[in-house]
Amino acid sequence: MTRHTLSVLVENKAGVLARVSALFSRRGFNIESLAVGPTENPDLSRMTIVADAESAPLEQITKQLNKLIEVIKIVELEDGAAVQRELLLVKVRAPLADRTQVLQTAELFRAHVVDVNTDTVTLEATGTPDKLQALLAVLAPLGIKEMAQSGTVALGRGPRSMSGAGTLRPVDRSA
Amino acid sequence: MRAVDAIMECLKAEGVDHVFGIPGGANLPTYDALYDAGVRHVQCRHEQGAGHAAEGYAQATGKVGVCMATSGPGATNLVTPIADAFLDSVPIVAITGQVPSGAIGTDAFQEADIRGITMPVTKHNFLITDPDEIPQAIAEAFHLAATGRPGPVLVDIAKDALQRTTNFSWPPRLDLPGYKPTTRPHGKQVREAAQLIAGARRPVLYVGGGVLKAGATEELAALAELTGAPVVTTLMARGAFPDSHRQHLGMPGMHGNVTAVTALQKADLLVALGARFDDRVTGHLASFAPGALVVHADIDPAEIGKNRKADVPIVGDAKETIAQLVEALRHEREAGRTVDLAPWWAQLDDWRKKYPLGYDWPEDGSLSPQYVIERLGAIAGPDAIYVAGVGQHQMWAAQFISYEKPGTWLNSGGLGTMGYAVPAAMGAKQGRPETTVWAIDGDGCFQMTNQELATCAMEGIPIKVAIINNGNLGMVRQWQTLFYEGRYSNTRLHARNEDGTPKPVRIPDFALLAEAMGCVGLRCETKDDVDAVIEKAMAIDDAPVVIDFVVGHDAQVWPMVAAGSSNDDIMAARDVRPVFGADQV
Repeated sequence: MTRHTLSVLVENKAGVLARVSALFSRRGFNIESLAVGPTENPDLSRMTIVADAESAPLEQITKQLNKLIEVIKIVELEDGAAVQRELLLVKVRAPLADRTQVLQTAELFRAHVVDVNTDTVTLEATGTPDKLQALLAVLAPLGIKEMAQSGTVALGRGPRSMSGAGTLRPVDRSA
Repeated sequence: MRAVDAIMECLKAEGVDHVFGIPGGANLPTYDALYDAGVRHVQCRHEQGAGHAAEGYAQATGKVGVCMATSGPGATNLVTPIADAFLDSVPIVAITGQVPSGAIGTDAFQEADIRGITMPVTKHNFLITDPDEIPQAIAEAFHLAATGRPGPVLVDIAKDALQRTTNFSWPPRLDLPGYKPTTRPHGKQVREAAQLIAGARRPVLYVGGGVLKAGATEELAALAELTGAPVVTTLMARGAFPDSHRQHLGMPGMHGNVTAVTALQKADLLVALGARFDDRVTGHLASFAPGALVVHADIDPAEIGKNRKADVPIVGDAKETIAQLVEALRHEREAGRTVDLAPWWAQLDDWRKKYPLGYDWPEDGSLSPQYVIERLGAIAGPDAIYVAGVGQHQMWAAQFISYEKPGTWLNSGGLGTMGYAVPAAMGAKQGRPETTVWAIDGDGCFQMTNQELATCAMEGIPIKVAIINNGNLGMVRQWQTLFYEGRYSNTRLHARNEDGTPKPVRIPDFALLAEAMGCVGLRCETKDDVDAVIEKAMAIDDAPVVIDFVVGHDAQVWPMVAAGSSNDDIMAARDVRPVFGADQV
């Protein structure tokens, strides 16, 4: 299995998320992460979907997605040609004895302290999934109380955009 | 104007002349408008019947079929015909009432999230709570249902929106930025396909329902004549190419005829036109047509490469695609590129001679169901519309009636919905009242939706129904015979004694049941009466007619490729395996 990141522009309408997620489940496609949010155009939302698939099933995924009436455009973002980020909030045990180590680790990973109390520190970190995995690996021995992690959001590198002029090439709509 | 009057104006503007449905609490306002709107409404007895009637209407006329239901159970009763229309790409629009918008999400009386429920089985669906959005939603629904790959679209409208007023203007702006079906094929791919066809030694035109949907039968005939290639028509494509044509090998698939199935297996080129490599056609996929290159033309890009890799994919409308293929092939011919298909035909004709479709009379002296269906086809002729349910009778009707024209064979192919025949025949007859419409149904299927006979009688829709009554769920019984050592678990429908012998009582008595519902009820139990009873039914024009053909229960559908088996292992009849080894091309 390989990870593929699909950036999907959809109409900003009720029920679109349900259509997309239901499509994945009923066709037996695996979603690793899915993030939805607004775009520069209020009529459109962007879904960033990370899917696990070989290339032939991936083609079927994009074709089936394209059949959804409210899906406008799909672009596969290749690793090297796109910026991909996830957001992590992690609450770590940080009694006085360990606190320095927690803070140094945070600095090393360019994470920010967003909440602090006598027992714990909550860190906010962004980055690629690999970087966040590495951060969590370092924090784990100290004691992770709880964490929340977003799905991947991604944008293609360079001056082009999916919706504007000089658009990125969509995943082929035809065969 | 009232929002519900706007709905009527929308329907008229879309050219809708028939609506099938049932009123209820949430769509009462719509029915108030229907009262004097001048739109013909057929008041069905069950919403499933309304849905299948809309399908039958659509398949017989090529227009969009319309059905209506109220919220909750009314709407959920439409789910089966909607799913049926989805799998068979039938253009229907379902308009349902929903509980008032303020009550949505509160588990209100007769509330069901029909938009959510039908998401996986519609091409698209809408939930409308603002009356000003109604005309646009209905216009978009008709557009989506009829264009591209056709399919069902549901418009769910909250009762409070129905009760308000709105400004009506037509046509509304369609706002479907993500919907751009490709109808014009790519010229380069068409040329590549033509080159493959021109060079093929063992080509087969594998024709699916898309050819009928696109109205491309004339183009198909031209392509067949120009190439001289053999043609097979799938269950959904019966009638797309005349059965009487010399190049027609018949139906492929699980119960296809030996030559059609084997031609696909031995082909060096499949030209798939509006077909989707369904498992009932391919059998075990990995061993399907192992030596064939594939040209796959379909309007739905997602079908191409879904099951079988396409060597030349063509996305486009079948009518335009085939017309361009014919053109491109003429160029190939003019350039002298053509292959003599005589050896291929010699092989095919040899198979046709050795393994023709046929059947044996039951040893117990009972009436042969195949004979009944064969005679029905011969007497009613190629102009009649035949509508089948699902099971043995459906396969026999696909095999033993000769289809010569498009739109004369209607059935539930993809979903395999028992109970399709009677209501779909009703819809077909409404759409084409001048045509004789025969429902060919099993006794199991018939007991699922026969209530619509009352609709037919009351609304003056004189369909004809041939019940192939073998007292069993015949196809399931056949599988129990073949694969479950004759352990007939819950497939008997006729009354029987403790020791299993049949009781001399008919439950139900289909002829009496028909009479009770205002139809003419007839019965036939012997070979000698078959023609006479069919002719008697043909002579009745002013009422629905039901014939209870009591047939033997041991008749089986052959040929057969067992589920999951390779098409290479087709059985021509029970324990009769065709031998292809020595004379393979």
